Amino acid sequence: MMNSAALLTFPKGGVHPPESKELTSGIPIEEMPVPANLEIILGQHIGVPCEPLVKKHSKVQEGELIGQVSRGLGVPIHAPISGTVANIGDSYHPFRVSTPSVTIRSSTDSEPVCYTPVDWNAFSREELKDKVRAAGIIGAGGAGFPTHVKLSPPPDARIDTLILNGAECEPYLTADHRIMVEHAEEVIIGAQVILKILGIKRCLIGIEANKPDAIATMTDAARKQSRDAANRGEQVEIAVKTLQVKYPQGSEKQLIQSLTGRKVPGFGLPLAIGVVVQNITTARAIYEAAVLNKPFIEKVVTISGRGIKRPANLNVKVGTLVSDIVNYLGGTTEDLKKVVLGGPMMGFAVSTLDIPILKTTSSILFLTKDEIDIRPHSNCIRCGWCVEVCPMGLQPCEIGMYVEAGKGKDTRQFGALECFECGSCAYVCPAKRPLVQFVRLAKMELNKKPLVV
Amino acid sequence: MESELIKLVLGGIALLGSMGLIFGIGLALAARKFAVETDHKVEEVKESLPMAQCGACGFPGCEGYAIAVVKDQSVSPSLCFPGKKEVAEIIADLTGKELDFKEGMVANVKCSCIGGNVKRKSNYTGFTSCLAAELAFGGPSACRFGCTGLGDCEASCPFDAIIMVDDFPLISPELCVGCGICVEVCPKNIMELTPIDARVLIQCSTKEIANKSKKVCGMSCTYCKKCVKECPAGAITIEADLMQIDHEKCVAYGPDCNEICIECCPRDIVLVNPYNKNITKRVEFKIAV
Repeated sequence: MMNSAALLTFPKGGVHPPESKELTSGIPIEEMPVPANLEIILGQHIGVPCEPLVKKHSKVQEGELIGQVSRGLGVPIHAPISGTVANIGDSYHPFRVSTPSVTIRSSTDSEPVCYTPVDWNAFSREELKDKVRAAGIIGAGGAGFPTHVKLSPPPDARIDTLILNGAECEPYLTADHRIMVEHAEEVIIGAQVILKILGIKRCLIGIEANKPDAIATMTDAARKQSRDAANRGEQVEIAVKTLQVKYPQGSEKQLIQSLTGRKVPGFGLPLAIGVVVQNITTARAIYEAAVLNKPFIEKVVTISGRGIKRPANLNVKVGTLVSDIVNYLGGTTEDLKKVVLGGPMMGFAVSTLDIPILKTTSSILFLTKDEIDIRPHSNCIRCGWCVEVCPMGLQPCEIGMYVEAGKGKDTRQFGALECFECGSCAYVCPAKRPLVQFVRLAKMELNKKPLVV
Repeated sequence: MESELIKLVLGGIALLGSMGLIFGIGLALAARKFAVETDHKVEEVKESLPMAQCGACGFPGCEGYAIAVVKDQSVSPSLCFPGKKEVAEIIADLTGKELDFKEGMVANVKCSCIGGNVKRKSNYTGFTSCLAAELAFGGPSACRFGCTGLGDCEASCPFDAIIMVDDFPLISPELCVGCGICVEVCPKNIMELTPIDARVLIQCSTKEIANKSKKVCGMSCTYCKKCVKECPAGAITIEADLMQIDHEKCVAYGPDCNEICIECCPRDIVLVNPYNKNITKRVEFKIAV
């Protein structure tokens, strides 16, 4: 381990949960065979859900458009496999519970689609941006914000730095780690595409110190690509930075502060301080869109936890059901207690396995009794640990008490709306209080319009 | 010695008496001069209100409503739900407005998931609130349209008319005034206001297809549409994927149909309105309290 004091980090708060990354960090990415049925949810991004463009029983080809947004923010959705549309109905969703989807039954006789690389340098900035939009790329880290919107800053914004988020600070998760080890070049090319779209020269890649192999491969790839770019006569600066291992290092605002020292103003966007942040998976998806002309239809997902027979890093099609993945990996162990979509700190517990993978799903965790804590919560003992670890400097304890007393609408003073729900407070709380849940309730009450004016 | 004492007493009385007189006159003048004009009508309306401060009228408290109903011509005099008809009549009298009071409404839970009718899909350990559980994959109930059973309605009812029994809300029609707060609060939207003289109620809110809903609930509506076909008054319809009863039509038709809908329902979710005392044919409410 390197000297942690010298490494970059954010100034306030943070926790050190057990990493548990050793379960999957050494396992290469594995291709999962195409399952019989895929359920593709139409509302994967932030914004208006797509409207289906296909009808029941119609045939679709891999990469064919199956959903399009008619108005407002959003990106199209493509068929991840060739097959027939079996149903247009409802599917489970990790937090919206039920949402419209398209079910595609895979056909056995279809030919595999070949993607041939093209020279992305030949395209103009606008063409590249259109490719990103047309490929249906959204922020793969979890929020699902359409990437092309992030890459279209207002003309008065002075962007000078692109940050690639390779922190992957959530315990268990190793999908981005494996992508950086196995597909470093693709990620770096993706970064170059973004640099070209934004018209800037500087890219910082932040990686936590617990991934030395990823740091090595990414540094090599960055050096090679910078040299190639210099040969083409372009001047780009792509630097890999090592970050201290601390949760939530990969949160956008914290990452920016760790790498650049700049602070995003409250309720502001990184654009305001000249930074654009992209996820590693997103950068790779942009590479695939620009070079291979391949839409965002696949996702590397970490399947981990001690409740699954064979943990793995799987490359699955978007829309694959969790139950199919479980069957492929040999089932779950008997002491499985909790299934979480996403990381253990910010993910959503689900109670069904018939739930499809989204473009934003980074992992599925199968947790046993030893890995979770289901003791009931008690009253706040005012120890103040949550205040100490909150990276945003908020007062989660007060928010919790106010919500319990039915006064969620008075929590603005404690910063309920600035919380990004990293879960550090709930992790350290000795009374096991569900503080993030309280904050979500407080936000709901604060965002509700008053009944009477 | 004595005379001095008497002098002291008399002097004290004279001093305090004159001070009292001066201050009294001062206060009387000030009360005249700085008098706050109050609308006596507002005061009268306020006195007639039950002062439950429930906010069901949509105004901030009883005083807010009293001011609004006196000052604003468009505010109806019958918005006070707890006050019911009597209060509405007094307010209409005081304000000279026409009475448009609707018949007594009572809250009804459109779900029958009491006593283990519905399977549980997860073990919920978070904050005991239906809305909070709704955030955790739709709550512990396997039916995503049915009652969560954590008592947000009970906590919100200003009249203690809702009691949770077996994790299911029971409404006491004597206490319920039809304010509709529980209807607003329920995250599953299974509370509704029904007329107290309604004859039958449908106690299920599922929009799921029969195959799916049967798996999780022993009582769920399967949309067999038997009641729709059998009802001679045509009062039962499917609107917005939900069974709806047009209570006006149903009541207008009267008891001649012999409540055929109750008999024909294979899932026993069409019930005699337990709040209506006038219906002679009483079937025991299936909920054992």
